[in-house]
Amino acid sequence: MENRIANAFAKKQNHLLNVYLTAGYPTLDATVPLIETLASSGADLIEIGMPFSDPLADGPVIQASSTAALLNGMNLWVLFAQLKDIRQRVPETPILLMGYLNPVMQFGMENFCREAAAAGVDGLILPDLPLAEYEEEYQDVFRRHNLRPVFLITPQTSPERIRRIDALTESFLYLVSGPGTTGGGTTQDPTKQEAYFERIAAMNLRNPRLIGFGIGDKTSFDRACRYAEGAIIGSAFIKALEGKEDAPAAAREFVESVLN
Amino acid sequence: MNYQPNARGYYGEFGGAYIPEMLYPNVEELQENYLQILGDPEFQREYQKLLRDYVGRPTPLFEAKRLSAKYGTRVFLKREDLCHTGAHKVNNTVGQILMARRLGKTRIIAETGAGQHGVATATVCALMGMECIVYMGKIDMERQRPNVERMRLLGAEVRAAVSGSQTLKDATNEAIRDWISNPVDTHYIIGSVVGPHPYPDLVARLQSVISEEMRKQLHEELGRELPDYVVACVGGGSNAAGAFYHFLDEPSVKLIAVEAAGHGISSGHSAATSVLGKPGIIHGSRTLLMQDEHGQITEPYSLSAGLDYPGIGPLHAFLGTSGRARFISIEDEQALYSVAELSRLEGIIPALETAHALAALPQLGAGPEDVVVVNLSGRGDKDLATYLQFADKLNSYDF
Repeated sequence: MENRIANAFAKKQNHLLNVYLTAGYPTLDATVPLIETLASSGADLIEIGMPFSDPLADGPVIQASSTAALLNGMNLWVLFAQLKDIRQRVPETPILLMGYLNPVMQFGMENFCREAAAAGVDGLILPDLPLAEYEEEYQDVFRRHNLRPVFLITPQTSPERIRRIDALTESFLYLVSGPGTTGGGTTQDPTKQEAYFERIAAMNLRNPRLIGFGIGDKTSFDRACRYAEGAIIGSAFIKALEGKEDAPAAAREFVESVLN
Repeated sequence: MNYQPNARGYYGEFGGAYIPEMLYPNVEELQENYLQILGDPEFQREYQKLLRDYVGRPTPLFEAKRLSAKYGTRVFLKREDLCHTGAHKVNNTVGQILMARRLGKTRIIAETGAGQHGVATATVCALMGMECIVYMGKIDMERQRPNVERMRLLGAEVRAAVSGSQTLKDATNEAIRDWISNPVDTHYIIGSVVGPHPYPDLVARLQSVISEEMRKQLHEELGRELPDYVVACVGGGSNAAGAFYHFLDEPSVKLIAVEAAGHGISSGHSAATSVLGKPGIIHGSRTLLMQDEHGQITEPYSLSAGLDYPGIGPLHAFLGTSGRARFISIEDEQALYSVAELSRLEGIIPALETAHALAALPQLGAGPEDVVVVNLSGRGDKDLATYLQFADKLNSYDF
């Protein structure tokens, strides 16, 4: 079945930019204008964060944006209502939903996948969904709704596990750049990091790769693109929206600063 | 009924390991090694020796005669309050630090609510000469100041968790984030029977010494190994898991888990997870969880900082929903009454958490021939500031 994620990687083989935004941040109604702006200013994929009270894998910036979004009134019902006509405005750019499992479970996985597919979502990133549970319980419903799962790979992930993840994936592999939560902050030895990226590249995996965590500007984006098809920017983008009256204008400026 | 987790860490529908990939290698390493290490005679020799010579085990089983007379049943107290550091928490930290050493880890992290697990972790890190970082909610640091100072005196670094409600849940989030950032050299000593598999089982096994001793001591004292009731308080549920463990497969033993109702179950200020929780995922485990209709985790309340956790261990979720354990909720006021009662009737000042278990005594329906063991999980020194705040009330009761 056709899927916008596969189309995006077919159309462009390198320097793909995936931008993460937190739904309902900086204001409740900012979600759709930001998606439109990201798409029109050159982002190749868009990842919408579904805010959660306890985002374990996220650093302080995304934590704070999640808390703010929840206070703004964001939840899955509101988000799906906001995304109802998104494909009329943004027809081609792949959209992924990223979030933690508990809110999804309370919504119901079947309902969640149906609503996501109806809105024109292409992929799901649920970092605390275990591979075995995905295979046994959720793979069918994902497939029925043509939703592609994206799994994370870290420097500690074993080659066997990477192969298994690659086999379960029909979108892209999310390479976590080093130890740490989103937004970087940890000191990463560049030599070690390069060795890790090169080790994965040499595995000849069937899926393309995007590098995320700690990518925040043109320099780090270009560097990541030497080792993968593209990269994912989240915290730095959220930071660029902080305190801005005109969030879409700030978003455009940010994307242009990374791509040009 | 089987009360042991399956190979993937499920007790019925509860448990598992819902963790991001960054934690997978750490957790897998533990999953693959914990049973082997626990079963290694050399590990057991070292662990048992420390429990005896350092922790002060076995802890006494004391027949509380005045309390028994008052409630018309035979009440025994398992004196975990006499453990080194003042609570049962150290049984687990001694075992986990020995395990961490065997796994080649050099740095220890922990979360703490009331500070008892933080102190127990700082203590064993001092003993083993290992670096120790304890995450504690900023609000808990303020209300449990003496324990913060104890940890520092023991050489630990106490880091304030400033996210969310700034209590135990957030301290646990921060500890997990630290582990994500330090996947190779660090072992995370979780303080309760919570978290991803294998932690609930690992901590339950390390605390199971409590019920192992109870059986022996009851046999020596009464010629019977089995009590009629075992009563323990439950926040995450480590002391209850230890007190229940060797009685799980003895259906004649009634297991009573006591939760903190705070200001009352329906007050909106409560920590009674078994009543207010629905199945959900917290800290890598599927369990009963206090949450809103959107699956956002809500803030629990209890006067006791050791019981205000929005989840319970998956074992307890299973024991509760399967009917093996009976859950009772106790409000702040009732717990405070029991603090005064045990102090005046038996000369033992209990921790506020433990007082919840004692407050369940009148609700058991135990008869004069029944043997009731209450797990006296901790002593009250750490709660002195709270007790001072309620001094007029505590001194006004007649016994």
